[in-house]
Amino acid sequence: MPDTLLFALEAALNGLTAGVMYALVALGFVLIFKASGIFNFAQGVLALFAALTLVGFQSGQIPFSHLINATLGTRLHHFGWNMPTVLAIPATVLVMIALAILIERYILKHLINQEPIILFMATIGLAYFLEGFGDIMWGAEVKALDVGLPKGMSGAVDDATFAWFGYGFYIDRLEIWAAGIAAVLVAVLTVFSQYTKQGRALRAVADDHQAALSVGISLRFIWVLTWSIAGIVALVAGIMWGSKSGVQFSLSLIALKALPVLILGGFTSIPGAIVGGLIIGVGEKLFDFFMNPIVGGATENWFAYMLALVFLLFRPQGLFGERIIERV
Amino acid sequence: MLYREAGDYKTSYVADSQTFPIKFDRYGYYVLLGFAFLVMPLIINDYWANSIVVPFLIYAIAALGLNILIGYCGQLSLGTGGFMAVGAYASYKMMTAFPELNIIFVIVLAGVVTAGVGVLFGLPSLRIKGFYLAVATLAAQFFLIWLFTRTAWFYNYSPTGMISAPTREIFGVPVTGPRASAVSMYMICLCFLVACAWLARNLTRGSIGRKWMAIRDMDIAAEIIGVNPLIAKLTAFAVSSFLVGISGALLFAVYLGAAEAGEAFGIDKSFLVLFMVIIGGLGSIFGAFAGAAFLIVGPVLLKLLLVNSLGWPTDLAAHLEIMIVGALIIVFLIVEPHGIAALWRTIKEKLRLWPFPY
Repeated sequence: MPDTLLFALEAALNGLTAGVMYALVALGFVLIFKASGIFNFAQGVLALFAALTLVGFQSGQIPFSHLINATLGTRLHHFGWNMPTVLAIPATVLVMIALAILIERYILKHLINQEPIILFMATIGLAYFLEGFGDIMWGAEVKALDVGLPKGMSGAVDDATFAWFGYGFYIDRLEIWAAGIAAVLVAVLTVFSQYTKQGRALRAVADDHQAALSVGISLRFIWVLTWSIAGIVALVAGIMWGSKSGVQFSLSLIALKALPVLILGGFTSIPGAIVGGLIIGVGEKLFDFFMNPIVGGATENWFAYMLALVFLLFRPQGLFGERIIERV
Repeated sequence: MLYREAGDYKTSYVADSQTFPIKFDRYGYYVLLGFAFLVMPLIINDYWANSIVVPFLIYAIAALGLNILIGYCGQLSLGTGGFMAVGAYASYKMMTAFPELNIIFVIVLAGVVTAGVGVLFGLPSLRIKGFYLAVATLAAQFFLIWLFTRTAWFYNYSPTGMISAPTREIFGVPVTGPRASAVSMYMICLCFLVACAWLARNLTRGSIGRKWMAIRDMDIAAEIIGVNPLIAKLTAFAVSSFLVGISGALLFAVYLGAAEAGEAFGIDKSFLVLFMVIIGGLGSIFGAFAGAAFLIVGPVLLKLLLVNSLGWPTDLAAHLEIMIVGALIIVFLIVEPHGIAALWRTIKEKLRLWPFPY
């Protein structure tokens, strides 16, 4: 096989694994959009906040130590113990659920019946708030996150591809794990929404708020539930991205990358989020690979959006989205 | 008592449809204009100009532009930062390519160039709307910034990748470059703001503005009663980008002096202007001013309070500032989704009856 083709194949494979990461973030978007019709801009910041909290718990940081030090003149920073990962993850999940309850209680409850754009703006406000809050609570420096997932080059893939093509592909083991975890997550979510009582209630709310209310489903509970699930998905995404490139502000920017994924997949489709993520991941890696010599690098910054833009012109509702029917 | 229309007879249609129908408003407006043009230049100093007044004037233009697009025509855009960058780079290229050209023409032409780019990226709005359109305009944002940082022609092959404004003069007074004084910076921004506000006000109350609002309220119905959506949407994109381009050119040439696309015109600028429009009030000229004032003055006050009075470290204050801005946006949306402009309207209604409410 010619070398270029092999390199392209490797780039595509890497794109596939990167696409899984995008899909994880997009998943959180879709969940909330389906259940409440809210386009949750804060999803990326939720992931950042979850990862920060996890690292904070793991390393036994004292929350708000910076703030306390500044106001009281003390010199606090750590409790002096490390929480094991198996405890830290459930603790973070609890924090995310508490956050979901607070969001419902103090923001969403007051914004029922507002226009979608107002809700969208509110989530942007929430994103800013959480960004500042997370930094004040845990400090803004880049933190390493290690939950014990394997890292580094996957020897098995390297050997196998070397045996087949005479050229070893470089694939990070972490990304293979991420793909596996994403698959499990999607399976669990699908089972949950198809076969449990709460899952059915969730789908009912997604279908029609008023009809769901009239058969006795508590809208507020469902919203807390959706935001909790979205928080947990955000935690998973935060763990994956955080282990890959450290917990830092840029983590929240992947939320923006998830937007074109949603456009491709459709706002209301869980499989769409996965497929959209994969297409964007592979597309931008391949485009970068082939166009790099011609236009210079860093096309990854905009390729996804341009792809989404072109795609929208032909299919405004996305690959799997529901058809938009408009009536006067 | 003062604030009412009683006794203020209108005898012609023109008089009846003026911008400030109440006498008290009208004189208040003249006083404000007089203050801005005659008194402010005498009392303004470098600190005030650089930290509050000039940014306010420039962002008010951008907010006016975005308000036309979102508030009047209902097309959600997240590409404001990118369009501001177009204005900035267009003005830079023109300033360096035609040194003789007057800076005022340069800035207006930069607006025209931006309008062209805006129309180009506005084309998808004919098929898509809402959040989908917002993502499409994100494409404009990221693509334009990438283009300006990657293509050396745009920054005249300067080794740092920065663009810096050369000195240009109006009537012998330098308004751009390092020698520009606070007063001249203030005056040029003020003139542009007043001209832009006048333009925006008169466009939005005319036939074209009514077409925009028809599209905003329900596009299919508007199309049925004979509004051409192609023309209405694209003119909204053009006018909006024109104003945003002017503000980008002013931001770069007059205020910053030197800029780098990713740094000065990133996605955070898009959100900043969007917040101004939302907090100020969608579909209101006054709202654009109020929102810009709120988001420019608010952080400065917070910083003064936290860093200078309480002595907190600046990074902590910066984080708290983001947090408070976010919280304020949420509070505003809950308390008054239609922004400061709606609050102001309520106050005016109350004032008209005061102090005899019957």
